[in-house]
Amino acid sequence: MSENSDNNNSYWAANIRLVQICLVIWAIVSFGFGILLRPMLSGISVGGSDLGFWFAQQGSILVFLALIFFYAWRMNKLDAEHGVDEQ
Amino acid sequence: MDQFTINLLFVGASFALYIGIAIWARAGSTSEFYAAGRGVHPVVNGMATAADWMSAASFISMAGLIAFIGYDNSTYLMGWTGGYVLLALLLAPYLRKFGKYTVPEFIGDRFYSRTARMVAVICLIVASVTYVIGQMTGVGVAFGRFLEVSNTAGLLIGACVVFAYAVFGGMKGVTYTQVAQYVVLIMAYTIPAIFISLQLTGNPIPALGLFGDHAASGEPLLQKLDQIVRELGFNEYTAHHSDTLNMVLFTLSLMIGTAGLPHVIMRFFTVPKVADARWSAGWSLVFIALLYLTAPAVGAMARLNITEQFWPNGTSGEAVSVETIETDEKYLWMQTWQKTGLLGWEDKNGDGKIQYYNDANAEMQEKAAANGWEGNELTNFNRDILVLANPEIANLPSWVIGLVAAGGLAAALSTAAGLLLAISSAVSHDLLKGQLTPNMSEKSELLSARIAMAVAIAVATYLGLNPPGFAAQTVALAFGLAAASIFPALMMGIFSKRVNNTGAVVGMLVGLGVTIIYIFLHKGWFFIPDTNSFTDADPLLGTIQSTSFGAVGAVLNFASAIIVSRMTAEPPKHIQELVESVRVPRGAGAAVEGH
Repeated sequence: MSENSDNNNSYWAANIRLVQICLVIWAIVSFGFGILLRPMLSGISVGGSDLGFWFAQQGSILVFLALIFFYAWRMNKLDAEHGVDEQ
Repeated sequence: MDQFTINLLFVGASFALYIGIAIWARAGSTSEFYAAGRGVHPVVNGMATAADWMSAASFISMAGLIAFIGYDNSTYLMGWTGGYVLLALLLAPYLRKFGKYTVPEFIGDRFYSRTARMVAVICLIVASVTYVIGQMTGVGVAFGRFLEVSNTAGLLIGACVVFAYAVFGGMKGVTYTQVAQYVVLIMAYTIPAIFISLQLTGNPIPALGLFGDHAASGEPLLQKLDQIVRELGFNEYTAHHSDTLNMVLFTLSLMIGTAGLPHVIMRFFTVPKVADARWSAGWSLVFIALLYLTAPAVGAMARLNITEQFWPNGTSGEAVSVETIETDEKYLWMQTWQKTGLLGWEDKNGDGKIQYYNDANAEMQEKAAANGWEGNELTNFNRDILVLANPEIANLPSWVIGLVAAGGLAAALSTAAGLLLAISSAVSHDLLKGQLTPNMSEKSELLSARIAMAVAIAVATYLGLNPPGFAAQTVALAFGLAAASIFPALMMGIFSKRVNNTGAVVGMLVGLGVTIIYIFLHKGWFFIPDTNSFTDADPLLGTIQSTSFGAVGAVLNFASAIIVSRMTAEPPKHIQELVESVRVPRGAGAAVEGH
């Protein structure tokens, strides 16, 4: 029982770490690059505007997509490694 | 064949398809009615979620808001997609593992409290009904324009159609109907955008054309657009003008609200496995992104087209003449839309020309005085008409215009149907069966779900006749309410073992209560006009507008729930075990019926 709960705890800790990394990236591309850090990125031009504008209008959406698929792939692997996947 | 007949044909054919599917996939049992027997593939589920999610606000309203404001309204793009990250990482897999049908059911079980479940039902109904009002407004405008009937008649026709397939279909019918609706709406959105992108930039992919070169001038499209609007005294399209704090909070409210809206969360109960719930959120966003990556291109290109129509000889040349507007086929759209009252112009200085410029800009006032202009003569351009009028403005073939009509209606109707399903299950499953009459038979539960839907449609239609604002504004308020009430309770239910029944109830009541009061203070009590004490131009707290307050409400919800939980007893052992079991996928079975 305790072995099982140890396993579940380390599974959960690994999940939390992954969620934290993903959410940091999520915040950086949208609130960061798209809004607050845009003035710092204004030197990098992208098709008639700057990188911050691109992140606000398209870039952040593409990163969101990549994040969700990365998380799903990584978690499904983590499930199997910890033996908690659905059989 | 005239345009009216073509519109009618497209709208009629698409409706016949939806209703046909709803009848074919009629729900027989309670579990099919709510959750489609959990047999829906992640890709199919993702597509249905996308249709469910993209409403009149996304389809009809959003590109118009971006077109006339530019960069500052990127908030809609980031906010309405970023929520899916929260949903996929923080909620969807755990709620699927929990294995019940409705959001209040999870809250009631996790917080071992009937009160918590009832409060969740109230939060759900308040947010969903506000959302449906916005949809019904959109339905009324779209039907009114394309069937050439009054707004009221359009709304009533729309209500009947929603009733037909939501009431008789249930989730199973709605899921397959929504797949069809997704296909119709995404074609309706992207086909005209591809045409316009080819015309302006030569690039067949609108999302890339936006950052490409303007074919006529050889300059980058966005640079050209910035220059033209600047010359007319408007804010530069790509520049930042709005308040940064409000922009951040508004984006955050839309994101959290996305992950707190019951009709979207419910979708993740219908996938076969926990792993599928994770993929399903990704697939939803793939299908949503097809529209959301196109929307900023639609906005920018439409703004350029419209401005050039009013200044056919460039901004320093002669403005378009009234005679041209009244006789030239290229300007026919202005006459059609003038009839709806959503577009208007007036030759104020009587020079036979229509000067469109920003008359609040000091430099332009000097220029106007020198040229004998007496103010902006494009007196009314409702932003909500932009997407629907766009193919007409760009002179696209009439079948494209018919397709856009069908797409706009698909967007509004699919979302309304999904929300009505969430409301009806909250009433029949959570309120009646869970609380008032626990021994209800499956048959009478289904009947009461259908009656609840009918009542909700009637209420939303009635309020849709006198809405609190434009479709998109009403929808943004619904997001704020969901963000402040439902999302924090769900998240704490999964990620904290310490938050208890009292904490959750207090948190939800504080979040919902404070947010709704803040909204009523700015929008009027129960949305009755002229009962507001503040306006969003000069809000109560700093620069925080009522549409952005959901994020603040969510923080208050989290804080009060955690503080109250710390002061009261920790949850019993079996609840802590429940949380542990929700966190691991193994053992996720089929639906658990009842209690």
